Amino acid sequence: MSNDVLVLAEHQEGRLLETSFELLGKARELADAWGGKVVAVLLGAPDAAAELSAADSVVSCEHPSLAGYNPEAYERALVEILRERDPRLVLFSTTTAGLDLSGAVSVHLRAALVSYVVALSAEGDNALATARIYGGKLLAEVELSGPRSVGAVISGSFPAAFGRAGGTPEVARVDLGHVLGDLRITVTSVVAPEAGDVDITAAELLVSVGRGIGSKDNIELVEELADALGAPLAASRPVVDQGWLPKSRQVGKSGHTVKPKVYLMLGISGAPEHLEGMADAELVIACNTDPAAPVFDVADYGTTLDLFDIADELTRAVKA
Amino acid sequence: MRVVVALKQIPDLVEELELASGGTDVDREFLKFVLNEFDDQALEEALCLKESAGGEVTVVAFDEPDADRTLYTALAKGADRAVKLVGVGEGWLSGHRRAGLLASFLGNAAFDLVLTGVQAADDLDGQLPALLGARAGLPHVSVVVRVELDGPRAKVSQELGGGTVAEEEVQLPAVLGIQTARQAPRYVSISRYREIQQAGGIEEVEIQSSADEPDTYRLRRLFPPDTAGHAEMLTGTPAEVAERIAELIRSKGLVKS
Ligand SMILES: Cc1cc2nc3c(=O)[nH]c(=O)nc-3n(C[C@H](O)[C@H](O)[C@H](O)COP(=O)(O)OP(=O)(O)OC[C@H]3O[C@@H](n4cnc5c(N)ncnc54)[C@H](O)[C@@H]3O)c2cc1C
Repeated sequence: MSNDVLVLAEHQEGRLLETSFELLGKARELADAWGGKVVAVLLGAPDAAAELSAADSVVSCEHPSLAGYNPEAYERALVEILRERDPRLVLFSTTTAGLDLSGAVSVHLRAALVSYVVALSAEGDNALATARIYGGKLLAEVELSGPRSVGAVISGSFPAAFGRAGGTPEVARVDLGHVLGDLRITVTSVVAPEAGDVDITAAELLVSVGRGIGSKDNIELVEELADALGAPLAASRPVVDQGWLPKSRQVGKSGHTVKPKVYLMLGISGAPEHLEGMADAELVIACNTDPAAPVFDVADYGTTLDLFDIADELTRAVKA
Repeated sequence: MRVVVALKQIPDLVEELELASGGTDVDREFLKFVLNEFDDQALEEALCLKESAGGEVTVVAFDEPDADRTLYTALAKGADRAVKLVGVGEGWLSGHRRAGLLASFLGNAAFDLVLTGVQAADDLDGQLPALLGARAGLPHVSVVVRVELDGPRAKVSQELGGGTVAEEEVQLPAVLGIQTARQAPRYVSISRYREIQQAGGIEEVEIQSSADEPDTYRLRRLFPPDTAGHAEMLTGTPAEVAERIAELIRSKGLVKS
């Protein structure tokens, strides 16, 4: 076992994700506390190594199967690197890659795993993780005392600035061709999202509607409010999945990231995947009939009145 | 095509989550349990696959609160077999343990594809698709929004974030973590449910508890989030609260008064 903390530096076509820096900053803090090193693993984007300056070393691997994200190629490469480096803690984000890899790596390395992590600290030789579970209604405090642990961290939990601190990491290029043959998964294409009818990312005011709206027919009621406010209508994922609003309106991890001056949320519970997409909104107002809804932990103002009453009265108030 | 769908019961998140004494689990006796919504999506995708390509759908759940209701509902929707894994004991089942037990169930089953939800709200130690895939030595893909069968392969669409989708070909057998089915999960009528329930048809399978999970973490406690960052609550009649909201929006210079 070492005292090192290893981070998967995720990228999309060579562009490092913000979450990679969030993890690196936290890894730096933990590795310093334990007297270990920060190791960043970079698969398929060698040119990005220089940006990982908060790491002590970067393990970079290139291979045709790692040109884009391939879950199986990533898993095999990572397991190989982890066996060799044997870090005490491996950090992922709860991205698609994190969901594919954190569990698999923990099984292969017989390492403990905590998912949905929002806080992480060194406690003597151990790590203490806080995870957000049950859709944000409860937090779990988990102690990691084993020689090998894995954490999957919810995006936005740590400041990215610490992960951008400068140094010159030593870059080790590794050839893992021997474990990357005969893959059972092949990626045939990657499709970018279509542009929608409106660009919700540019709006200063957004009315965002969630599953609490109940049915497609009810969308009209909030549309009327949005029109009165001159704001586009945004939505949580279930509203889009049911076909009540187009995908271009979705806010969150698998939708758009928005930064409006005011974000008005109607019938949205405040799941981490939704919050990821609106964390930088200036003023958040939430309407949700459940007083314990996690959305009230992030909103500036809240009401537990029924969204239909609020939509109705608010339309009237702004038209007056 | 033989599809196994792994289903999990979780507390209904609309309710207040009471903790059991000890503070490391929710109160399983009094809380209402429902099927994990993403598992419902996995079931729907499995039923759609059966309808388009033929085959058999087996649903499998552990003996968790209200699992029978979920299994009968799945049969009523069109699943061919419903299996309840018994003998595991009560309380929260860790993802690693769940994956280990399911892997041993699969070891005695004939299947081409395992579908399950991309995640569940209580996946404290990881999500089932990856844990199970790794345990069973099968290729696995998570955050899947579409599955198509193509001989010995599945063509799957995997969401990478921000709306980008990767199209992948996966050799079968495989484990897929379903985010969204191709259509909204179907409903069953109460009469159909009753008919199925009266016919019985849940098979109970005793499952060996595997002791070799890497449980080197210790859950200290569960607790509700700090209320310090809590929203300022607006009270009054709907008209009064709406007026306050309108003022807040105006204060940002966004609506003319
Ligand atoms: C990989 C992955 C990616 C995801 N990406 C996204 C994403 O991009 N965006 C996203 O939003 N989600 C995403 N999700 C889904 C996310 O986990 C949640 O399921 C989703 O955000 C919940 O949406 P919701 O709040 O509208 O619904 P729910 O959680 O069902 O909440 C509905 C709320 O409405 C309230 N309500 C009901 N009736 C009323 C009423 N009359 N008046 C007022 N309030 C009422 C209820 O109290 C409840 O809190 C993703 C999940 C995964 C696994």
